[in-house]
Amino acid sequence: MADFVTLVVAGLATGALYALTAIGFTLLWQTSQTINFAQGEFVMLPAFFMLAAMNFHLPFWAAIAIGFVLSTAILGFAFKKLLVDPMLRHGVLPLAIATMALSTFLKESVKTFYSAEASPFPSLAPDVDLHLFGVTISWQNVAALVVALAAVFALQYFLNQTLLGRQMQAAAQNPTAARILGVPVERTILYAFLINGTLVAVASLLISPVYLAKFTNGETLGLAAFVAAIVGGFNQIRGAIVGGLLLGVVDNLSAAYLSTQYRGAIPMALLIVVILFKPDGLLGRAEERTV
Amino acid sequence: MSAKAQTLIGLLGLAIVAAFLILTPLTLHRYGIYILSEWAVMTIAAIGLNLTLGYAGQVSLAQGAFVGIGAYAAAILTTHGWPLIAALALALVLCFAIGWLLGYPALRVQHHYLAFVTLAFSTLAFLVFRNEFWLTGGTEGIDGVPRPSIFGLSTTPDLRYYYFCLFVLVLAALGALGLVRSPWGRAFLALRENPIRAMSLGVDTRRYILMAFAIGSTLGGLAGVLYAPLVGLVEPPAFALTLSFDLLMMVIVGGSGYFAGPFVGAMVAVLLPEWLRFLETYYLILYALLVMALLIYSPTGLVGIVDRFVVRRRTKAASAARAALSASIERRAS
Amino acid sequence: MTAVLEVVNLKKRFGGVAAVDGVSFDVREGEILGIIGPNGSGKSTLFNCILGQLAPSEGDVRLDGRTTTGMRPCDLNRLGVSRTFQLLQIFPKLSVRNNLILAAQEHQGTILTRLFGRRDAGLGEAADRMIAFFGLDHLATEPAGGLSYGQQKLLDAAMAFMSGPRLVLLDEPAGGVNLAMLANLKDRLKAFSEERGATFVVIEHNMEFVMSLCSRVLVLAEGKVLAEGSPAEVRANPTVIEAYLGR
Repeated sequence: MADFVTLVVAGLATGALYALTAIGFTLLWQTSQTINFAQGEFVMLPAFFMLAAMNFHLPFWAAIAIGFVLSTAILGFAFKKLLVDPMLRHGVLPLAIATMALSTFLKESVKTFYSAEASPFPSLAPDVDLHLFGVTISWQNVAALVVALAAVFALQYFLNQTLLGRQMQAAAQNPTAARILGVPVERTILYAFLINGTLVAVASLLISPVYLAKFTNGETLGLAAFVAAIVGGFNQIRGAIVGGLLLGVVDNLSAAYLSTQYRGAIPMALLIVVILFKPDGLLGRAEERTV
Repeated sequence: MSAKAQTLIGLLGLAIVAAFLILTPLTLHRYGIYILSEWAVMTIAAIGLNLTLGYAGQVSLAQGAFVGIGAYAAAILTTHGWPLIAALALALVLCFAIGWLLGYPALRVQHHYLAFVTLAFSTLAFLVFRNEFWLTGGTEGIDGVPRPSIFGLSTTPDLRYYYFCLFVLVLAALGALGLVRSPWGRAFLALRENPIRAMSLGVDTRRYILMAFAIGSTLGGLAGVLYAPLVGLVEPPAFALTLSFDLLMMVIVGGSGYFAGPFVGAMVAVLLPEWLRFLETYYLILYALLVMALLIYSPTGLVGIVDRFVVRRRTKAASAARAALSASIERRAS
Repeated sequence: MTAVLEVVNLKKRFGGVAAVDGVSFDVREGEILGIIGPNGSGKSTLFNCILGQLAPSEGDVRLDGRTTTGMRPCDLNRLGVSRTFQLLQIFPKLSVRNNLILAAQEHQGTILTRLFGRRDAGLGEAADRMIAFFGLDHLATEPAGGLSYGQQKLLDAAMAFMSGPRLVLLDEPAGGVNLAMLANLKDRLKAFSEERGATFVVIEHNMEFVMSLCSRVLVLAEGKVLAEGSPAEVRANPTVIEAYLGR
């Protein structure tokens, strides 16, 4: 039983990271019909910005700040202006392919310009285990869960309680009506990209201490984010959260209790079942279809 | 330019390309011949995906899995003494059936949802390739896949196997061309452009969607059957999700829905990295940059650029003709 | 007089709203029936239910006595029913000729014979005749996207006629068309009706179009049949006037 709880908590921690990645992915889709196949690499990259800063002998907190700034600027602003804007009016698919190329570009760039080896990354939390009611939980997991959930709640607050956040939601649901109502739609889309740039930096900061900073980190994480987003509900941020946590727990439990060889099959099977029988996800609302 | 002149130029261009494809390998070393053979094989798979996606409008991220099914069928049967033709028959039937089944999700969901379902299928197929040791040799795969003998002539020499692949490519291309030019081509286009209107005109969209998947997947399987003897070793990483992504990229970069698209796209995906190899470690980075730049400039791909140019000239000529006509009418009236 | 189409107590609800609320009528062979009504009266929804685009919540649709409720549009088309849409829907990338061939090709042979048979599915001459019938001769090989709006409307109607249907449902065929083209369209509809003995049901807002073309008119309001009769009768009906102009 104690093991089970440890697994669930670890699963929730991983799930929280999936959720962070999935939220950004969903946000981009919702606001601008962008499917970002490079989302995993977006999470992999900021850690390297931070490591590079530390190589210039900057203290950790400064490196983190620089990482966040660069991530928001490059993976948020530059991504939108240089890649998304020119391509969006031509349809979803060409842009999706372009993000596939982008993921290769980012991966290979890190491999070539930084290192092909895994680099250790300092952690925010002490590398100690917590013993609570006979259950062993690592501080890392707790930190990941807490920070991720804090980020998520902050985002939810922003989206629901602030004017700008509500404008973003309006722009996502019905850009034409929002424009008529005076919502600066183009700017809210930009904010969505900037938020994603920040969220992936948070995820990067949390994931790199555990898995080490490596250029291949994006691969499994990206796939997990897609699955989490769809399973939870591609139309809602809340869906990404639920999907991420669920996926993390299911993944961890199935690895422990089922065959490890087919561990990757569970998320895939879940994805197929959800898409075919409840395409709007476990939490999603029906997407509007025009006849 | 008259239609006759256009056809003549088209045929001339085709002849030049054919001459290039037939004669150049005679001057190449082993690796060059291998790359060209790989191009031919990937083009077949890309032609299949172009039918499913480019013509019928159905997104599929599973084409790589079908190449894998074909490759494993070839590897398993030929290493047990069966002739390649038997593997071919099995692979085609298997891929058609599984492709048909994969079409059913497409009846329920479309676009990005369909992309993810096919992506999941691709990943599951990879897991089967990797885990079922008794069938597929597991992570080590199957080695020593022999090259076939065609009418008693062995294709073990690389050059001969290349011509064999080229021959199959031509057959596949002619088959695809025949399909696209037939009423099916019109039905596929209708299905892609406006499925609701298509249905109201009697187009059985359900049947055509399943067909599009089945046929596209079968061509993927055909490519796989050729791939196995080409490389000699069939192992799971070659058929992972990356292959499906690469094939999708070939179709889009070449030009989705254009007949020449897959040929050009496969050329970019297979040959361009080789030409960039002199850049050593940077070649993949540059390749990715070029792909992004191309897509930004022309989301309809490379063939799309040519098409736009041709259309622009045609409309200019048409407007000029109209202007001349109205001018001559005015002159006559005055 | 046999009823080609029978609609029996058709209802269609979207959530709590009944867009079509118990509509029943017959369409007699060879007639041109007009359906009019204020915006939101459920006319297009009615068409969509008859034609299999939507599944009715209640009620039945019968074609020549055979129940076709909920049948797929492509199957209905093969039984001899065709339609146009309110929003013009031709295939801009195909030539005019190919649009017409597409409109009837699924009625030729089987799916396999169409793969291996002639490129135009044997419809080349029929397409040319239809092009001549609608006066689109000089545009036969033009991509349909390059035609003017009125010409596209004609093409749209032509596509509906191509498969030689017994019953044609036209959803606002006169929408956005200039007077000259309108006269042409009306003329073609009448000619087709007389030549082939086809039955028409036309949704329209253009009163003059409806009154001069249709032998019988049905008035819909708030999902229900308000009135039925000859154009003159309907025009004089006080409840109809009230529904349109309000009090």
